[in-house]
Amino acid sequence: MSDITYGKLIRDGFWNNNQALVALLGLCPLLAVTNTAINGLGLGIATTVVFVLSNITVSLIRNIVRNEIRLPVFVLVIASFVTAVELSMNAWFFELYKILGIFIPLIVTNCAIIGRAEAFASKNNVIKSTVDGLAMGIGFTLVLVALGAAREFVGMGTLFTQAHLMFGEAARGLTFSMGEDFKGALLAILPPGAFIGLGLMLALKNNVDHRADERAKLATPEKEAETAA
Amino acid sequence: MIKHPITIAGLLLAMFAVIGVGLVAFTHQATKDQIAENERMALLNSLNALVPSESIDNDIVTDLTIVSDQEKLGTAETTVYLGRKANQPVAAVFTSIAPDGYSGQIKLLVAILADGSLGGVRVVAHKETPGLGDKIEVEKSDWIHVFRGKSLGNPDPAKWKVKRDGGIFDQFSGATITPRAIVKAVKNTLLYYKDNGKSLFLAKPKTVQADTETAEAKTESAK
Repeated sequence: MSDITYGKLIRDGFWNNNQALVALLGLCPLLAVTNTAINGLGLGIATTVVFVLSNITVSLIRNIVRNEIRLPVFVLVIASFVTAVELSMNAWFFELYKILGIFIPLIVTNCAIIGRAEAFASKNNVIKSTVDGLAMGIGFTLVLVALGAAREFVGMGTLFTQAHLMFGEAARGLTFSMGEDFKGALLAILPPGAFIGLGLMLALKNNVDHRADERAKLATPEKEAETAA
Repeated sequence: MIKHPITIAGLLLAMFAVIGVGLVAFTHQATKDQIAENERMALLNSLNALVPSESIDNDIVTDLTIVSDQEKLGTAETTVYLGRKANQPVAAVFTSIAPDGYSGQIKLLVAILADGSLGGVRVVAHKETPGLGDKIEVEKSDWIHVFRGKSLGNPDPAKWKVKRDGGIFDQFSGATITPRAIVKAVKNTLLYYKDNGKSLFLAKPKTVQADTETAEAKTESAK
């Protein structure tokens, strides 16, 4: 296991083993909150915090916890951190909490987190687990933001509305709008829009991967030919 | 005996449960004042939008009474926030519910001034269709401001309906049910106030007590 490089961890989290696009885990919050980019970002950051905290803790206790009780312990660890994050958001990001509030407890059910605890953090040291949690969390956040931005733009013709809820009044300037006349496609905001949007993102990712494979296949024989010559 | 694997496992699990509960309890302790203050400020802000803070001199957030009229106010327990100046009634803010929205309940704040006219109406929570029914939100459209200054005599009770039903209130294209539910709920709240309005303010003003509470909360959060 020691041969895993940090670069690979980060590439896995962002792309190759992206929890949302490849493992297809954590879809419940993913589909529920992504009607705007800022909602996606808010839940993404909360999820990343829990990812990192739970990975660190699980990694620290990996040698103490007996095999037969490891899952209940992981669930306990994750549930405690989620509750702590929920209370902190309620205290310090109240406006955002009012929007995301009911989805924060859903992070507990985000299988991606227990999945990484079980598959990675329980077998690796603290630093690697931290990097893994961070990479997986940011990868998940990027998908949330991308899907949220796409749905928000198609559905309402805006981007980053309510940015001030997260970054303060100065961030109002971030909000981009197509103007009052823009009649959005309502479908994008409604739940089916989340499924369609995710489907398109999956297709796009698979397409990019497929092309990369093709190029790699084409490139390899040429190189071999060169070396032979 | 203690070496039995299941005993060790059980003890370990109990230990983690205690640590987990400890973490949650600690966070709760550290954040509860801030959370209570946030909720108070949020409520105060929405109440002040309807009853300007300069028009009252009591603490409207804590000066409240609970009334019950399932039929007119939509729930069995409706909180009414009371605004007073020099112990004279200024406004009553009802947390009415319109039970018949397009997708369930629409929670409202209905402010009725002492003369029986509306100080304004706000939607607190709803599940109406985004892009159609959600024009009832003050951030999305000016529609909700139409109620300001209206009363049971203006327009006539018979005209307290959306235009499609022969009243004076605009509906939205594609969404009639939502405005209809709100107009009905506001009218019912006015009717309730007409019958019971005076008795609402009979409860002893709690201003003094409320002030001490706030002061205490502030000292605590300062610590």
